[in-house]
Amino acid sequence: MADVDKWVYSAIIKDHFMKPRGFLLGEPKEGEFDSYGEVGSLACGDIIKVWIKVDEKTEKIKDFKWQTWGCATAIASASAFAEMIMKNNGMKIEEAMNIKPKDIADYLGGLPARKFHCSILADKAFKKAVENYRNKKSL
Amino acid sequence: MDKRVKKVMEPYWTENFGNPNALYKEGLIARNAVETAREDVAKILGARAKGIIFTNGGTESDNLAILGIAREAKQNFSRFTLPRGAVGSDASQNFASPPLLIPHIITTKFEHHAVLNSCKRLEKEGFSAKGGPASGWEVTYLDVGKEGVVNPKDVAKALKSETILVSIMYANNEIGTVQPIREIAKVIRDFKKKNKSNFPLFHTDACQAPGYLDINVERLGVDLMTINGSKIYGPKGIGLLYMKNGIKLEPLLYGGEQERKLRPGTENVPAIVGLAEALKIADNDREKESARLVKLRNYFISRLLGEIPKTVLNGHPTQRLPNNINVSILDAEGESIVLYLDEAGVACSTGSACTSESLEPSHVIMAIGKPHAYAHGAMRFSLGRATAKKDIDYVMKVLPDIIKKLRMFSPVNIKI
Repeated sequence: MADVDKWVYSAIIKDHFMKPRGFLLGEPKEGEFDSYGEVGSLACGDIIKVWIKVDEKTEKIKDFKWQTWGCATAIASASAFAEMIMKNNGMKIEEAMNIKPKDIADYLGGLPARKFHCSILADKAFKKAVENYRNKKSL
Repeated sequence: MDKRVKKVMEPYWTENFGNPNALYKEGLIARNAVETAREDVAKILGARAKGIIFTNGGTESDNLAILGIAREAKQNFSRFTLPRGAVGSDASQNFASPPLLIPHIITTKFEHHAVLNSCKRLEKEGFSAKGGPASGWEVTYLDVGKEGVVNPKDVAKALKSETILVSIMYANNEIGTVQPIREIAKVIRDFKKKNKSNFPLFHTDACQAPGYLDINVERLGVDLMTINGSKIYGPKGIGLLYMKNGIKLEPLLYGGEQERKLRPGTENVPAIVGLAEALKIADNDREKESARLVKLRNYFISRLLGEIPKTVLNGHPTQRLPNNINVSILDAEGESIVLYLDEAGVACSTGSACTSESLEPSHVIMAIGKPHAYAHGAMRFSLGRATAKKDIDYVMKVLPDIIKKLRMFSPVNIKI
């Protein structure tokens, strides 16, 4: 018998989608973050923007926030990524840069194959934010 | 499915299980059921029973109409090709291949994929007149304007002597806009008269129409029409193609002699009986139910546009099915809205296909000239026999908060 209570995605995805964590409400305040990164487009149907605040000495991520327009998995993967890197008061940039889409998918209890490439964008947006951060510092 | 439909189907599973093609008593009972259903359906369509071909659904009927007419015409098309050397007086042309008359089909950009992909298939299907180069069919995909309604003048402009088929849906399945089928039929009739030709034939996919629109084929002036069961509270996996007397088409399947060899295979007796009953009920209740739903539809649309900022209606405001509402809610994405609504107990669909296998946004919303962001935020609500005002009030109680929440963490802010 088919499981009629089954949701289209995993229970963990549903939880992150219905109760997303770590998003930014409204516009960031002046100086609240050090940099941001954005990926996706209106044409493809998913846009994610992330903001980071970094401890200059330790290179630890002191704050990470996101905003997402997109499908359930895009929202859930942003929320999951925020939770992953802010665990234990924030990962080091180096460590967070190593998070791969598959790690996010595993964290969410799996993702349908066709959703894998288009909706896991948080890691890419984060890499852009780090790039911006490094560029700013080297000025 | 309507309980009344289920009831009339009931005896044809185990009690009257006979194969309608058999000679024994059980078979005759089944044959009688199929032929009675055919007559009932024909009566509703204003057609001859012989013109009703039962298929397994709307997709098959559309394929049968388009591929069937095209492949039949292909067999005869080379006759129109002029013999070698008969072209013009220019000597150089005498040595060239005979001119290839490429058969032509007219359809619209926002047809159901059963029609669109059949046409796309024909574009690839090698067509070669004797001695001529191979070429695919030529297909014109008409624009449908900002309101999603085909202009009969555009059909007139696209018609040419090579046009063998025009296929235009009666009502769009996503935005519900009703097409001027009678006017288009007149344009085609006038063209045929002027050119003293039997072509083009006119097919309409009317899957969305029964229960809301007039489906009398004579009044509509169509040569072929697709109807299916599941859209009218009938069984799934059953449909029909109406064919005007005298039309020839090449079947998609080859086998026995069922359905005049146009659709071989043992008939799905319970589903055929169910389809006829569903169509009867839809036809009986048409005027009353349409009037009721038009009021509900307009109420719902005005509340959606009035209470949720940055919401736009897709498709003509009144020239649309009484049960269809399609809006783009900007800065929020369709799949997310659907899943939040599902959690609140409301079932609806998105114009964007993020939940389906294809991740492409709706070709219908794109066809009415709306940008991608509108297509990704398109929501379709369908009203039904069981829908009452209190259901709409419930949606309007939960939906504004869902949109507020999704917009709260959306980085998008589209200007309208």
